[in-house]
Amino acid sequence: MKSLAQLEQIRNKTLAKINLRKEDDTSIRVVVGMATCGIAAGARPVMKAIMDEIEKRNVTNCYVTQTGCIGVCRLEPIVEVYLPGSEKITYVKMDAEKAVKVVNETLVNGKVINEYTIGAADKN
Amino acid sequence: MVEISLHILDIVQNSVRAKASLIEISVIEDTSSNLLTVRISDNGCGMSEEFLNDVTNPFRTSRTTRKVGLGVPMFKNAAEQTGGSFEISSKLGEGTVVEAKFVYDSIDRQPLGDMAFTMVTIVNSDPDIDYVYTHTFNGLSFDFDTRQIRETLGSEVPLTEPQVLSWIEDYINSETENIYGGIQ
Repeated sequence: MKSLAQLEQIRNKTLAKINLRKEDDTSIRVVVGMATCGIAAGARPVMKAIMDEIEKRNVTNCYVTQTGCIGVCRLEPIVEVYLPGSEKITYVKMDAEKAVKVVNETLVNGKVINEYTIGAADKN
Repeated sequence: MVEISLHILDIVQNSVRAKASLIEISVIEDTSSNLLTVRISDNGCGMSEEFLNDVTNPFRTSRTTRKVGLGVPMFKNAAEQTGGSFEISSKLGEGTVVEAKFVYDSIDRQPLGDMAFTMVTIVNSDPDIDYVYTHTFNGLSFDFDTRQIRETLGSEVPLTEPQVLSWIEDYINSETENIYGGIQ
């Protein structure tokens, strides 16, 4: 692989700040539903938007993972946000644009976007 | 699914569930034989003959939350709708190989799609597994091997570090461009 040198640079650069990104009680966990249903509904671009925005804004206290089928396939793509010390937030029918808003509002500012939540979707 | 890469993302989860430690994904595009071949092989727990014989049945699934599994049947359908073929072989305790052949110029063949971010998603979801991705286009090829990356990164920097993931994405994108005959 020709750009392994580049990777080594990244290694050296991140080694210094890696401790900042330790997963602990104070970090935010973001989980994207990525079973067949989620993928088919467009979970991958949602995941990409979240990861790109986190990197762009250099949000260090959160990590993004994925899970299987959450059980409400008709509301996919689903993103769950676990803010430390508070209840889980379930965002449904996500797309890349909404995902960026979630990073900015919920992950950075700690605010829930009510209109994207599963509670709001069930009213319709 | 609108892209072949989304099927790959989905099918690889089966290998993860089978507790594989090494998953190899290869995409071979060959316009002279008019085929696009996707092969996913793992060293996971494999399937019994009985399960294997019925695995493309949507009502055959190992999950317990519900009685349907659409991943394999949809992948099979995607290949067969182009006039291609689909095959799974597996041995208990040894692993599984899934191979789908798509007729390259069929109007019904989905585009390969974003393989770079598919690989990023796969690596990020289960970073303890090793992955090898090989992409060949008319004889030109490159590979991406997490074992090699781990060697460079050492034990302190995880594969899931955002900068590493975006390096992986850029690497696969630029290598893909090269084998397609893009700017060198």
